[in-house]
Formats: sequence, structure tokens, C-alpha cells
Amino acid sequence: MNVAVRLRGLDKRFARVHALRGVDLDIVEGEFFALLGPNGAGKTTLISILAGLTRATAGSAEVMGHDVVADYRDARRALGVVPQELVYDPFFTVRETLRFQSGYFGLRFNDDWIDELLAHLALTDKADTYTRQLSGGMKRRVLVAQALVHKPPVIVLDEPTAGVDVELRQSLWAFIRRLNRDGHTIMLTTHYLDEAESLCERVAMLKEGRVIALDRTENLLRTGGGRRLSLELEPARLPEGLLPRLIGREGERFVLDLPDYGELENTLAALRQSGIAVRDMNLGQVDLEEVFLRLMRQGPGAA
Amino acid sequence: MIGVGFRTLLYKEILRFMKVLVQTVGAPVLTALLYLLIFSHVLEAHVQVYPGVSYTAFLMPGLIMMSLLQNAFANASSSLIQSKITGNIVFVLLPPISYLEFFLAYLIAALIRGFAVGLGVLLVGLFFADIEMRHPAWILAFALTSGAVFACLGILAGIWANQYDNLAAVQNFLIMPLTFLSGVFYSIHSLPPFWQGVSHLNPVFFMIDGFRYGFFGQGDVDPWLSLAVVTPFVVLLAALTLRMLKSGYKLRH
Repeated sequence: MNVAVRLRGLDKRFARVHALRGVDLDIVEGEFFALLGPNGAGKTTLISILAGLTRATAGSAEVMGHDVVADYRDARRALGVVPQELVYDPFFTVRETLRFQSGYFGLRFNDDWIDELLAHLALTDKADTYTRQLSGGMKRRVLVAQALVHKPPVIVLDEPTAGVDVELRQSLWAFIRRLNRDGHTIMLTTHYLDEAESLCERVAMLKEGRVIALDRTENLLRTGGGRRLSLELEPARLPEGLLPRLIGREGERFVLDLPDYGELENTLAALRQSGIAVRDMNLGQVDLEEVFLRLMRQGPGAA
Repeated sequence: MIGVGFRTLLYKEILRFMKVLVQTVGAPVLTALLYLLIFSHVLEAHVQVYPGVSYTAFLMPGLIMMSLLQNAFANASSSLIQSKITGNIVFVLLPPISYLEFFLAYLIAALIRGFAVGLGVLLVGLFFADIEMRHPAWILAFALTSGAVFACLGILAGIWANQYDNLAAVQNFLIMPLTFLSGVFYSIHSLPPFWQGVSHLNPVFFMIDGFRYGFFGQGDVDPWLSLAVVTPFVVLLAALTLRMLKSGYKLRH
């Protein structure tokens, strides 16, 4: 597999902030990749360097094998960026905006693809509307269309669903999933960890400019402890042998951490042997949010 | 090196001011017309500048050039500051547009806006005075070089400014004094020697004097001298602007 995005020792110092501290990262072609981290972790700086909006202090960044500085023309042609801010040019209509964006990428007659994009993003009837007259959600979709006018193999979305209503969020993700199925590499940042969990194959977590976790989503979830077993017991006590698994207790409810579903059998057997009855049981998975919060609490580089 | 990206950006920049033509061309032409009416009314009978040239006719080239310069500056600077403040500057920073293409697109669009306003002032002026154009080549040479100087200044200011206030400061404290104190409204020969000397430090004086020579075949100084003063400014400012754009100053942090 080819590498779509390659970052090596990427470092960025601003006047007062050390935003990125030596980031190494490979994103493989066709991946659906999430970049997570709290505000100020360096996500947007990383994307800006990739897009050529910011220059790295040290290290290198490549898109589809093209260095973003030395070979910026090919690197930018390979990249479509949906910025975080809802920016638009009030002077122009949706169609004009998309035609200009095509032209900037060297494409002169792009109306067939523009029409297709408008249709996919439910903007066809807004084609001749001035962008300043659109709602926030529509402006967001125009930004997505702008990022795709040149059919870039790599698409970067910086918090595409921030402040977007549920319906639009779902249709947006459906469209982006489709692009991924068609072979586009997707890299996104989001604050909604459930979105990253359900969409992304691989996740990198950034903290204070460092990658503190980088793995397949399911592996990361496993490092969180696997499964959560919540039990209401009568009498309300745990047998000696199960105490190491206990991670929380609330009245008669005990929360146990199970490495896998196989352990469920043994746990229930241990309870039976001790004559403890199970009044209620709830089996859940650790979600990315828990893993995220746990990693963020630990010191940088702990994982 | 220069391709579809450049052409599109140029077209976008032209369309931007064309969409608000009343503000971007109509208003400055009206302003120039007001100057023309007031100054010619007040001074026509009192000031004799060049033999055989009425004051109103004398005033015209100065007003045309002043409008051209101010609007070339305004076009580049306001387009850039608007794009920076609204954030849509990323639309031109994300694509593979070289800094040279970026420079040329903003430069040429600014020149076109300046020329459009200058032409508008000329057309209006034709109703008020007989304007001869003896040396069109000189007229064009000074319009192009001088317009380019102010277009470069506009790009530089637009990139440097963080907000509209910064730009207004440049406009009020640099552009306006330079253009007003340049002999638009008078021949510097009518000034005391000290102020004549000061005027010679103002490059805009040479822009207007050379431009005026193109119309009447006479000026305060030799047009070749004026061209020799103005041309280095074009080269210097273009080089400075290109260097700034290449470095990514305030655009690619």
C-alpha cells in the first residue's frame, strides 16, 4: 500500500507556543483516519502544515509522495481541505465559488463535476444563490464541495461537523464514507469521539503537540480494558476472586472490567459458587471517549 | 509557471470590483468630478499655469492620475484585507498558485480598476474642458508605471494590515498626502522655492508631471527624468512585494 500522508519529525514553534513536538505519522492510501486531541493539542497546526498554510519549523510533510514545500504544486493538487471556520466569499454565488476553485487548481471546464458535487451535497437549487445568503449548514457543504472540485486523492476535514445539526451530520458522513469507498484517503479531526469510533479505522491522539496514541480503533478500545460488565447483586458483595476486576461501585451495582467476552462465563460461575444472585446485568464496551480521557489524564508520551 | 490558476484569480479579482461597480468606479469618479467643479470654479479665473492651457484642462490629468493611483491601491489592499479578515484567503492559499501568479493577478486587477476609474474621470472631464492628448505613449507609460507602484503598495499594505484601521492609517497618512501634495491642483512653479524642493522628494509629483506632459507636451520637468524617477520605484516595490509573498509573510505563518 502507498503512503498518502507522511509526517517526519514535524515540529512547529510559534512565538509563545510549541505547537508540534516531533510528530511522525503515516497514513496509508484508502484509510479513514482520525486525529483526536483536546483544543490546543496541535491538530489544526498539523493540518495547516499539510495544506501549506503554515510552515513547519523542522521536519517534513508529504502528500502522496510530494513534499508540501519543495513540491507544493503536486502536494496541493493531491489534497482537498475542508477548513474548520465557516469561510465564504460574500461577493459570489455557489457556482461561481466552485468555478473559481476549479480554476485555481488548473481546471477550466469542470461544470459536470461541479453539478455532481452540488447534487450529492443537496445544493443543486442553491447553485446561483450568493454564499452569504446560505445557512451555516449549507456554507459547510459548499466548503466540502470546494475541497473536492479537483478530485483530490486525500481529503482532510478539520472538525467538519462542529455546530452542524444531526441530519446534516449524517448525510455528510454518508457522503464522505462513499468517497472513502471510492478510494479517497480521509483524515479528519473531530470533537465527537463517537463519530471517530464508528467511522475511522485508525486513530491518532495528540496531546501538547505529541502523538500519544496511534493504533487501529479496535486496538485502542481494547487497551481501555475491553468490556464493561455492570452487575446488580443480591447480596451486594463480590467474591474474593473477582475483586481485581472491580473498577467501580455504586450501591448494589458493581462495574467489572473484562478482558473479553470469554470471561463472562467464569465471572457468572464464580458468583453462583458464592451463592450470589444476579438481579440485573448490563454488558457494554469501552468507548473511545473513555480511552481518550484516560490517555489525556496520563502524562505526554505515557502510551 | 503562469497558467489557469493565474487567469482564474485575475478574473475573480476583476469580477469582485465589477459586482460593486457603483462603489468601486462610480464613487471615485463622482469624487473627482466634485474636485473638478469646485477647483475649476474657484481658480479658473485666477490661476494661469501653462500658456494656452485653461486651469480646468490643466487640472484634468492630475485628477485622472490621482484617481487611478488611489483606486489601484484601494483595489489590491481592500480585496486582501477583506479576504484575510473573513478568512476566505484560504481559497487562494490552498490551491497550487505560485506567489508570482498571485502577485500578477492582484497587480493587474488593481491596474484595471485604476484604469477604469481614470477613464471614467477623463470621460466626465471631456464635458468641462478641451483635453488634448499629444503624446499617448507618455500617457500610457506613466499610467502603467505609476499604477503599478500603487498596486504594489496596495498589495503590501493589504498583506501587512491586520485590520481595517491599519489600512485606513496607510491611506490617510501616506497615500492621501502623497497624492494631494504632488501638483495635482497646481504647477509647482507657482510654489516658493522651499516647497518646490520638497515636492521633488515626492515621487507622485513625477508621476503626475510626466502624465501631464503626455497631454499638453509641457511639464515642470523633462518626462524622461520623471520616468527615470518612477521606474526604479516600480522595480523596487515589485521586488519587495514578490519577496514578501515568497516568504509567506502574514499569509503562511
